Formats: sequence, C-alpha cells, structure tokens
Amino acid sequence: MEALLALLIGALVAASVYLMLSRHVVRFLFGLVLFSNAVNLLLFAAGRVLWGAPPLVPEGLEAPLEAVANPLPQALILTAIVIGFGLLAFALVLSVRGVAALGTADLDAMRAAEPRSDAASSERP
Amino acid sequence: MKAWIVAPIVIPLATATLLVLGFSTPRRQHAVAVAGTFALAVAAVALLLGVEREGILVLQAGGWAAPFGITLVADRLGVAMVMVTAIIGLASVVFAAGEVDESRMRFGFAPLVQVLLAGVCGAFLTGDVFNLYVWFEVMLIASFALLAIGGGREQLDGALKYVALNLISTLMFLSGAGLLYGMAGSLNMADLNQRLPGLGQPGLVAAVAVMFLLAFGIKAALFPVFSWLPASYHTPPVAVSALFAGLLTKVGVYALIRFFTIIFPREQLGLDGVLVVVAALTMVTGVLGAAAQSEFRRILGFHIVSQVGYMVMGLALGSPLALAGAIFYTLHHIIVKSNLFLLSGVSKRLSGSFELSRSGGLYTRAPLVAALFLIPAFSLAGFPPLSGFWSKLLLIQAGIELEQWWVVAVLVIVGLLTVYSMTKIWAEAFWKAHPDGDDAWREPLVGRERALLLAPVIALALITVAIGLWPAPLFEFARAAAADLLDPTAYVTAVLGGGSR
Repeated sequence: MEALLALLIGALVAASVYLMLSRHVVRFLFGLVLFSNAVNLLLFAAGRVLWGAPPLVPEGLEAPLEAVANPLPQALILTAIVIGFGLLAFALVLSVRGVAALGTADLDAMRAAEPRSDAASSERP
Repeated sequence: MKAWIVAPIVIPLATATLLVLGFSTPRRQHAVAVAGTFALAVAAVALLLGVEREGILVLQAGGWAAPFGITLVADRLGVAMVMVTAIIGLASVVFAAGEVDESRMRFGFAPLVQVLLAGVCGAFLTGDVFNLYVWFEVMLIASFALLAIGGGREQLDGALKYVALNLISTLMFLSGAGLLYGMAGSLNMADLNQRLPGLGQPGLVAAVAVMFLLAFGIKAALFPVFSWLPASYHTPPVAVSALFAGLLTKVGVYALIRFFTIIFPREQLGLDGVLVVVAALTMVTGVLGAAAQSEFRRILGFHIVSQVGYMVMGLALGSPLALAGAIFYTLHHIIVKSNLFLLSGVSKRLSGSFELSRSGGLYTRAPLVAALFLIPAFSLAGFPPLSGFWSKLLLIQAGIELEQWWVVAVLVIVGLLTVYSMTKIWAEAFWKAHPDGDDAWREPLVGRERALLLAPVIALALITVAIGLWPAPLFEFARAAAADLLDPTAYVTAVLGGGSR
C-alpha cells in the first residue's frame, strides 16, 4: 500500500513540476494544486496506511493491541487541506484579477512591477 | 508569568477582531490599531523581562504535556524577535496612519496588519513544527492580502509572483514536516532534538533537512530562490513594505536558526559547507543586484537579500561568536531596514517619485529627513559607531577566529558595495537638484502628517544610535541566546521536564 502511494505521490509531483514550469499562469496554479494534494498524500503515508485498523484502545488497556493507523497525520492533513484550500482560492482570484489588469497570462510578459530596462522605467510618467 | 506567552499572539488578534467589528472611519481605525500595537509592545517588554528573570518560559496549550500537545516556548531568541516585531509593528502602524488611503482602509488594511503581527509573533513563540507551519500560513495569508489590496497593475504583478513562490515554500515546509513526523514520530522541537541523533539514518535526516532549508530559504530570500522579493517589495504602500522588509524574511532566518541549531544534529548533516556557499552567494548577488537598480525601494529590496546572507553566514559558520553575531545582526537589521523603507516613503512624499532619476534636492528642501536618512544608511553599510558596524565586526571576528579567510573577504567587500548603493541614493535623491525644478515639489510636511510620518523614523533612528553607542547589553544578550541554542539542554528540560502542568 505504501509503495503504491509513494508511486502515486511521485507521479503527482512530477506532473505538478511539469505544470509549474509552464509560463501560463493557470497551468502554474494547476501545478500548485497538484503539488498541494501530493503533499497531503505524503503526510497521509507518513502516518502508516492500514486497511480497517482504527486507532482504538480496547477497554482496560493502555495501548492498542495491534498495529493501527496513526490518527495524528490525518489531523494534520485536515488542517493542511483547509489552509491549502483557502490559499489556492485566494491565488486563483488574484490571478484572475492579475490577468485582467495586466492583459496577459504569460508570466514572462508580466513585467509591470519590474520593467525590462531602467531606461524604459524612467520614461514612465 | 507563563500565561504572558500568549499575550503577543492574543493582543493583535483581539485588536484585529475589534477593528473588523467596528470603528468604521479610517481615523478611528488607525487610533485603535496604534493602541493595540502599543499594547503588544508592552506585552513584549513584560515577556522579555520575564525571560531575563526566570529563564525559558513554557506554556503547554490546553495542559497537554510536552510531546503530545502544542507547546509555546519563550526563550531569549524568540522573545527578542517578538520585541522587535512589536517595535516595527508600532512604527509601521503609526506611519500607515499618515500614509494609507481611505480605500485601502475600507478593504481592511488595519485588521490585516494585526493578523500579520499575530502570525509573526506566533511563529517566534511556538515550540512545535506543525504549529510553526500554521503560524506561517496566518502570516502568509495576511501578507498576500496586504500586498494585493487597493493595488493597480504593479501591485497585482508583484503580488502574483510573491504568492506563487511563497506557496511553493509552504508546500516544501509541509512535506518536510510530514517526513519528519514519519521518521521521528514527533513534531515537538525539544523532543526532536532528543530523537533525531539516535535515529541512525543520517542520510534521510539530511534529505529532510534540505527540504526545510529550501522552504525557509525561499522565505528568507536566499540565493538562488530570492527572486520573489525584489519583484514585490517595492509595490505596496510604504508602511506595508517596511513591515514586510523588517519581519517576513527574518521569520525565515529565525526558522533556519531554530531548525539548524535545536532540531537537526548539525554535525551529522554535513550541510555546513552548502550553507556557507549559499550565504556568500546571497550576499554577493544581493548587493550586485542593488547596484544595478535605480529605484529607491528596489535598491533596498536587493539589500535585504544581501543582508540576509550575512545572517545566514553567521549561522553557517556555527561558532558561538558567529551565531551571536547572526542574532545581533538580525535584530539590528530589522530596525534599520524598516527605517530605510519608511524613509523611502517620506522621500517619495516630498519629491514625488521612488525613481531616483526623477527625485532630488531633499538635502536643501528637507535637511531633517536627509540627516535621518544618513543614520540607517550608514548603519546598514557598517559605519562606526552605528549598530551595523558592531554586527559586521562580530561576524568578521568570527570568520577570522575560524580562519575562513575568503568568508572574511566576502563580508568586507559586500560591506563596501553596500556603501556604494547608499551613496547612490544619497547623491541622487538628496544631493542633486530636482530634475523637474522647484515646481516638482509636493507640499511640505506639516502638522499631523509630519508627526505621523517622521515620529517612527526618528524613533527607529534613535534605537539604531543607541545600539551603536551601547552595544554591550545587546551583545551579551545575543551571546546568551546563541549559547542557549548551541547547548539546548535548558530548552529541552524546560519543555519536556519541568514545564509540565
């Protein structure tokens, strides 16, 4: 199970890096979304993945009898998903506004804050 | 005393809530923000005195004992960072009252600044890796919004790049945290200090350490992942620039110092050589980038990069003196750099432009501003007897002690090039006549605006001079903080042993 997850995480990260290397802002964001999900899966895998082994301690005992899945990373993922959702939603809205204001979705052409040459920038009013 | 630890987090959050709930007019919002930030400064002083008196303070959130619950720790380094955060927060909030326009205030400028301060203070006070991640996010989302609101094209452009690269950094941080937990079974910093050396997998630990190095390297704007900083820091209002310039990259530096002293067993990692080279390249590229710029805030932005290199160099050299130098440098730099950004705002307000070729004549028109500029500018360049001189001296001394001659050479040469940039600003914005003649002058600063814009600048300049004239107390403090980090026994026992319910 872990090996399968590891392969999946690897594939997701590879795809996300490919997308993030694109100059198109939306592809970049999709890459970020994939990366964020890959990281969540990574956290999940770090907490041991088992079929149907809830972390329940039998009555009267101090610790569970058999190997169980660790619930803490799952709690961490929940936090990370919520935060990641908020951040990505913000990034999406920002890029929509950015593309509208800058008139391009090509990250290389977005030079409003960093004009290509200083001569050009001193010409501006 | 223990309960004071949460004060620097709760006070800004409470202020933010208050600002969201009421106080609709900008003037009232500014007043509440200033009052709230002042309260934060008072709490920071109380916490600082408490740590000096009682040693490391620990608060187990919810009463859950150390490795299981979230631990808040106030040690010397953390509490000193909280103190400068409060100082810079106060300076920026006062400056913002004189600068920020009404539309930005309507979009929630004031509460966002408070949330940012809460995030920064939380990051300095937590003793838990995942909790640090959460504070980073609090800080990030507030900074995203502050960078983007009310902006035109330039601001949106800067914000996009800032957001994109910082999101990659947080994801690296999160995956590092996941792997660390999978490896060690704990995310408590003191607990990790105990567990990692005995893990017997130095290669794996080093790989995870590199993930954190990259994550915090992006945050701190290290070579070669600093490009988001000069792309964005010159776009928002000056009060925001100053706040970011002082605090955000330094949270990255703080996290690097924390992780590569307390958490990771450095002698097992073999990363020191990498850190030294990265720090040196950061210093050199930053200062050369600044030399190529001709816009006030962009020059300063590149200088942040170069100065961060100095701090990381102190960490990379790793001797007690070098680490003390890094801490001293960080504290001095936050004050000086924020002040320079505030001064760039004053200069723009008077001469009409951030572009050096389109400004000038400040020396004759506003001699007070010119004099105030010289203090942080000379301090940044390392002129005695200002604070920058001592911080550079400490690092150079540490380099000589370790016989790292080329590091010493880089430290000295980058200092010289810093003088070059500061001279350029001085010659262009202050000495030369305004290219558009006297008509280009904006109306002079008077009354309320004069007080709001100049008071923070004067206060920060006084702190710089005070550190320069009496460096001993801060140096002793930095040395004690460095000793705490290099021998974390006290930290570990405070968190895991004596600090329980």
